[in-house]
Formats: sequence, structure tokens, C-alpha cells
Amino acid sequence: MKLGLAIEELHRSETHLARTLLAVSDRHAADHEIFHVARDIAGWSRRHVTELARIGRDFDVELDPEPPEDRGVLERIRQTASDLLGRRPEPGLLLLADLRHVHREAAGVSMDWELLAQAAQGARKRELFELARRSHPDTLRQMRWANAQLKESATQVLTS
Amino acid sequence: MARIDRIAEPWGTRTPYGPGEAWPVRVDTFLADGLTEDDVDRWVTSATILHSNGDGLDIAVKDGRIVGVRGRAEDRVNHGRLDPKDLYGWQANNSPDRLTRPLVRRDGELVETDWDTAMDAVAGRCRELLDEQGPSAVGFYTTGQLFLEEYYTLGLIAHGGIRTNHVDGNTRLCTATAAAALKETFGCDGQPGSYTDVDSADVIALFGHNVAETQSVLWARVLDRLAGPHPPRIVCVDPRETAVARAATVHLAPRPGTNVVLMNALLHEIVANGWVDRAYVDAHTVGFDELEERLRDYPPEVAEQVCDVPAAQVREAARVLGSAQRLLSTVLQGFYQSHQATAAAVQVNNLNLVRGMLGKPGCGILQMNGQPTAENTREAGADGDLAGFRNWSNDAQVADLARVWNLDPFDIPHHSPPTHAMQMFRHAEEGSLRFLYVTATNPAVSLPELGRIRSILAQERLFLVVQDLFLTETAQLADVVLPAATWGEKTGTFTNVDRTVHLSEKAVDPPGEARSDLDILIDLARRLDLRDKDGAPLVKWSDPEGAFEGWKECSRGRPCDYSGLSYARLRERNGIQWPVTEDAPEGTERLYVDGRFYAQPDYCESYGRDMVTGAPLDDVEYKALNPDGKAVLKAAEYLPPHELPGQEFPFQLITGRTLYHFHTRTKTGRAPQLRAAAPEVWLEMAASDAADRGWGEGDLLEVTTPRGRVEARLRISGIRPGVLFLPFHYGWWDDPDALERGRAANELTPTDWDPVSKQPIFKTAAAAVARLAASDGVPSRAPTTTASRPVVADVPPTRGGDVALVTEREGTR
Ligand code: SF4
Repeated sequence: MKLGLAIEELHRSETHLARTLLAVSDRHAADHEIFHVARDIAGWSRRHVTELARIGRDFDVELDPEPPEDRGVLERIRQTASDLLGRRPEPGLLLLADLRHVHREAAGVSMDWELLAQAAQGARKRELFELARRSHPDTLRQMRWANAQLKESATQVLTS
Repeated sequence: MARIDRIAEPWGTRTPYGPGEAWPVRVDTFLADGLTEDDVDRWVTSATILHSNGDGLDIAVKDGRIVGVRGRAEDRVNHGRLDPKDLYGWQANNSPDRLTRPLVRRDGELVETDWDTAMDAVAGRCRELLDEQGPSAVGFYTTGQLFLEEYYTLGLIAHGGIRTNHVDGNTRLCTATAAAALKETFGCDGQPGSYTDVDSADVIALFGHNVAETQSVLWARVLDRLAGPHPPRIVCVDPRETAVARAATVHLAPRPGTNVVLMNALLHEIVANGWVDRAYVDAHTVGFDELEERLRDYPPEVAEQVCDVPAAQVREAARVLGSAQRLLSTVLQGFYQSHQATAAAVQVNNLNLVRGMLGKPGCGILQMNGQPTAENTREAGADGDLAGFRNWSNDAQVADLARVWNLDPFDIPHHSPPTHAMQMFRHAEEGSLRFLYVTATNPAVSLPELGRIRSILAQERLFLVVQDLFLTETAQLADVVLPAATWGEKTGTFTNVDRTVHLSEKAVDPPGEARSDLDILIDLARRLDLRDKDGAPLVKWSDPEGAFEGWKECSRGRPCDYSGLSYARLRERNGIQWPVTEDAPEGTERLYVDGRFYAQPDYCESYGRDMVTGAPLDDVEYKALNPDGKAVLKAAEYLPPHELPGQEFPFQLITGRTLYHFHTRTKTGRAPQLRAAAPEVWLEMAASDAADRGWGEGDLLEVTTPRGRVEARLRISGIRPGVLFLPFHYGWWDDPDALERGRAANELTPTDWDPVSKQPIFKTAAAAVARLAASDGVPSRAPTTTASRPVVADVPPTRGGDVALVTEREGTR
């Protein structure tokens, strides 16, 4: 059975998505909604990573249960001279690129969840299926967030 | 007839009444300088302007000056009573430091000029930027204190004329979450309940709503119920020991930032104990199964852990809510200005829905607002939404608005959600918004993280216009300052929290060359030469009544329908609740009677948003969720607040208001009785926290967060341990040194907002506190009559004395 491989792949892609979201948050500390929401929803991927590592054991895969570290908001605020950064015009274009990137990655993760759910159902692995059923909507919300933020930000960035 | 010091007794004398009875009349009058009613030349009809309650009053005029006020006995809202802010606050109109001439900045200084020069500068710069960059360069930031006619005209100019998406009001700080929560649940803004629900409710639940101070006349109504036969039980959620908390059957004081957990735990108990009205839920709502599933994670024990409220207390509160026959729920800033604002406020809607308590006497929801005309900001589109609660993501509704305005739909910006205030300031920060027109609000004191806001407003590259009564902290930073007339000096309508529309008549002339906001806006439209698609002037009116008639047409057929109202009708009977139509000429007391909502996919104002990310849903998603336009039960998961206390910043800081002041005290700070009642900023701390540090009442403390510092004297109050409270009213217009010293609470607050309502979060900052000096026995000057009541006995009580004596006359109609 290749279910172990699928879990491993998803663990990898969720870890990557969590890292990406945290990095996007860090890079756009002066765009406060991006900063906070990207961290909030990185939390979903971090949770998925832990849960995938736990369930992986049932399928004989050893995965790191520690998700990418979030050093916390206060820590970040202290490090970022956001009001200096805040005055530069280029972050707008960078933000659009970053949001596209998040969207693409989340779309990949979403695909992975779908495949895993299907396989789990086929193999009658109830617990694994439940995990996919619970987690996949989070990924869709991450995608929709990136999409909505992209649309909202684009006009001002491109018309000014 | 009695004379009573209404600073010492803010709610006045009790007039008890029982359930289902009419609230007795008590007429409050305050006149200046020992005048009596016989000395008054004229009484001019109006309503109150220093909070959101919308109490009817008459303005006393003598020799062309305002000399006092008297409550209107026949008004449905107040039955004659007035709030202390209104009894004394009118004196600010006569203040010697009113702005009387336009100012422009020349060589760094603001200097007096004439209207033509000032308006040409404003229109000229606006036109220049439109030509160079387009509408994305231009933003409008307004208030919750102008009149309906002014907002509608402003929205038309901004959306239809300049075609910018950057329009918002300071209602973003105030009532944005009320609107958002109503949109999430009912698909549309619009207050479901009515103040008359107080008359028959048997349980009144106040969620983060210190009504005793924000709407003191409404609290007087509750106090009169509490003093009468069969009083209602009160449930209060507030981390402070407010007057409401003291009167409550159950008082829950959760850790700031955890409201969603508390609400979920209350709902958990309601559902688990079968206190659900299944018939109502099945017939009139969608989403119950998802809600039930979500609630499973939130038993009272989780609330005990997260909110630090004993599980037994949560159960007790749930029992009161679950056994109510007529439940009135109200919500305000303790939820709206806190973490996960909309998600928490929506759970209050869910509470009344699952209990089937809506649209009947005593069964209501009041998602409150703080400002007198905030409702109009929302309905007329000055908060960025499209006028008449139209859905920006529904092309047919945009086309309908274009029809009303005689424009091409393409000319009305609706490509993305309106730009909220905090985002506008962000655009100004990065330099793409270069023209900001501010009306009647003071962001230099009221927005979070003031160091940042000041630096944004002070930029050379931002052209800042401020239209106000006084040279506020914000006006001091402006390129052009326009002197405006205020309440009592202009005519217009405004609508309170429970949809009551009042006409406020002009009583006296404004000082000097000050002009009404409406006149100034129409002048701006003329100078910008804004036109409709046939080349006619875009703004088709020249006076308030004309604007009102224009608005009536715009509102026709929408939930906030004013088509059955007119100035003439309001002169006959002031104070009518919208919608007012041919079918409902006397107005509408309650919305959503018999479970009929405004939520149909083609009619609703909003398709809703994701509760965590704020991403808007689209029409397809909404139609799948709610094809028949029922009420939507939206579940919400808890997320920890973004700024949590730790070693370096061990306290949670919340900010808020006091009964005696409004906003940044531009008016109340200029009324002697109000000023004296709460003259100086203070910091509240629990007795145990103070004792741990060996500090006492009146000690001079320094509060810090990663963003700034404030100096304030300590008031040891009944606040929850671990939490600090600062009132946000105190800027530096009356004390320039205060800027250096740190006096404005918003020096400390973070830049963070609810992703759904975009309302800034003022109630979850991590803070540290240190002592600068001992008090030497002098207490802080915080009021003793309100939530800031001291725990020690030897603080002199707050009194107004002879200059604050108000006449109360009971039972006259
Ligand atoms: S102080 Fe009152 S009116 Fe002002 S924003 Fe806050 S709630 Fe609204």
C-alpha cells in the first residue's frame, strides 16, 4: 500500500505551506492584516503537520511532529522596523507575488488532501479519512484567503 | 418637580414600572445661568448627539443663542429623559475657540483665509491627483456624527463622482462589527430589535455592553424595570465591575480576547440541555448541524481554562439564558473592539435564534453602536458600503444604484470590497493615497498606535483636509481646515440604534463663517464639476430637504426604506422607526417578525465572509448555503489573541470610555460640569494587583506597550485581576505638554483588526506598568459614580454641585 507515501508527501507540502505563510507574514509586517491572518492560518497547517506525523505511525512512516516554529507576534514586532519598511512602495508588487505563491501552494496541498481522502476511503481507513475530512476545508480556506487578498490588493497596487 | 445633581446621579430619579407597562414619563431640563422656562424665546426640536441613544429633546434659544435643553416627553426613545452629556454638552457650541474661518497652510503655518481660496485649494489638489493618478489617490474619512443628508451626499460624491473605493467613517472603530455581525447572520445590516423590548423582557443579556455609561437613558429604562414589579434578570459579560455588572444576576468577567470561547460554552450548554426552539430553528435557519458540531469542542470546562471564568458560573448564566421567556440580547465594544469581534458578536445572534427569541415583544437583538448617526453612515454608504444596503458584489444591485444616480454602473467602484479606514491609512503610509478628506473625526487621537498615525498624517506628500468645529489634534496637522456648523446650527435627520429617525432643526446660526457640512460638500461637488451620464450636475440638491428626498428614492424598496417619511411627517411626529413605507406609514417596531428576513440571495446586502480569514464568499457559495434566504447560524472556532501577556508585558490592557465624555472630548471637554467630572486620564487596576506591588490609590504610574507610554494616576477598581483599563478620551488639545508625557490611550494600542468587520482591536494589548511616584494621599480623579468606582472608601465622591442642578418633572406628557 502506498498510503504511507501519500501521508509523507502531504506532511512535506503542509510543512512547506506553513513555512511559506510564516515567511509571507514576516515579509509584510507593515500590512497588518496579512501579517496577522497569514500567521493565524499558518496555525492550521502546523496542526495538520502534527496530526499527519501522528497518524503516519500507523502506516509505518516516521515524520517530524514538530511544525515550523512561529516565534510569536511580539517577537516579530520588535524585530521589524515596520514603519521604516512601511514607507517603501515596492512591497505592493512583492505582496501580489507572495499571495500568488501561497495560492499555488495551497492548491497543491488541497489536491494532496483530496487524493489522500479518496485513498483512505478506498482502503477503508476510517481514522485517516476523518483526518482528511476535517483538514481539507482549512486548506480551501487558505486558498480562498490568498485569492481574496490578491484581488483586494491588486487594484491599488496596479493603479497607483 | 425636583432639582438634582445629574453629575452625582447620572441616571436620575427612579420611575419604576412593570413588564408590559408603559415606561413613565420624566422630563429633564437644564438651562444656563439661572434661566427658567419662561425666559426662553423658542424651543427647537432635535435629538441627542453625544451617544447613540437618539433621545428626543428641545433646544432652548434666547437672544439667538442656545441656552439649554429639555427632554421631549412624547418621544418614543426617552420619554423625556436626558443623558448628562446632553444636559451639559450643548455649552460647547458656544465655546470661544470654535473655528470661524477657513485655514490654509502657508510656510508651515495654518493661517486664516476666505472660503474661495480654501475650497479652490481643496478641489484643485483633488482634481490634480485625479488627472495624474486617478481615484485610487483620493480617500474620505468621515464620522458617525453628521446627518443622513450629509452622508448620502458624501457617498454620492465619493462613489459616484470621484469614483473612489476609499470611503469610510470612524464608525469603523465603533459599529463596523454590529453591521458585519448582522450581515453574517441575516444577510443584511439593520437592527432587529427595539428599545421597547426592555419593557417586556424577562432576561436582558449584555455582552461587552456597558450600557449604563454608553447609553445612560436606556440604562435608566432598565433600572426602572429593576425597581418595578417582576424585574428582569440581567446577565452581564464584562471584565470590569460596571454598574451593569453590579445589577446583574450573573456577571461573567472573562479574560480579554476570549469572547468566542465564552459564547461557544454558553451555546454548548443551551444546546446540550435542550433549551433550543427546534421548530424555529428548522423553519427559519440554516447551519444548525455545523454549529452543533463546533460547539462540542467548547464545554464550560474549556471556558474555565481559556476565559478563566468558573464552569459553574458559565452553567448558571446558560441556565438564565436558557430559561428566559423573553430574551433581549445587546452587544457593544467589549465584543466589537476585541479579538475575533465578528465571530463573537455572531454567536449572540445565534443565541437568540436557537432560542427562537426574535421579532416578538421582549425578544430582540440590539447590535449597538456608539455614535448618534452611525446608523446613517452605514445605510447611506459613507462607511464605504453602497447606499441603501446594496450589495457591491451583486451586479443587479449596483445597476439599480446607477439608475438612481443616473450613472453608468461601470462608474461606481465595485471591483472589490470597500477600503476600510485602517487600510486607507496604510495606503497613505506607503504613499499611494495622497489626498485624505476628514470630516468631524479626530484620528490623531482615536486610531490605534498613535505614533504611527501621527507620522502618516504629518507626511508632506499627503494632502490632508479637515472639516471640524475646533482645531483638533488632527486639524493641527492639516493642509486645509474647514470650519463646520454643528448640531443646533443646521437642519437634518438622524437615526439611532433602534432605527428611530429624528429630524433635528436649526436653532441658531453657526459662529463666524462656519458652514454646514452639507453646504461644504455641495460646494466641493460644484468646484469639481461632477456630473451624471447626461451631463447634468451629479448632486441635484442644494438643501437638506432636497438631499432627504434624494435619499428617499435611493432607499425605496431596500430594507432601510424611508420612502414613507418626509420632513413634514417628522414635524408632526418626530421619532419614527424605519422602514417607513406606504404599507407601514407609522414605521416598523421590529424586524424579522415571523422569521422573515432580508437574506434572499438576490436581495441580501452581503454574501458573508470567512470568520477567520475575512475572505468574502461569492454568490454561488451563498446560494448553495442559503438558497431560501433564512437566517444563517455561523459557527466559529477560537483563535488565541495575537498579543498575549508574558514576562516583559505581564498585563492585558483594555481601553474604553466613561459616562461623562464622548470621543476625544472635543465637545464634552468644553462643558464645565462634564470636564470637572472626569478631568484627567486614569489607569484602573485590581486591588490584588496593586497590593502585590505595594501601590495605592492615586499613585502616578507609567504604562508601556511595545508602541508607547502613558502616564496616569492609579484608580484601584473592581476590574478583573491581570487587566488594566485606560479611558481613550484624553488627547492633548487642552494640554500640549500631554503629548510629550503620554496621555492618549491609543499611544499603546496595537495595529490589528478583525478580518471580517475590519474593526480595530483596542482591547487586547500586552502591557507593563511601573510606578513613577507615590500619591501622597491624593486619589486619582476618575469618576466614583461609574465603572471606575474606587474600592477604598476615602475617595471624595464625584459631584457636580450647584452648577449641575437639573430639573426633573415626572409624569407630564
Ligand atoms: S466611543 Fe462610542 S461612539 Fe465613539 S467609536 Fe467608540 S463606541 Fe463609537
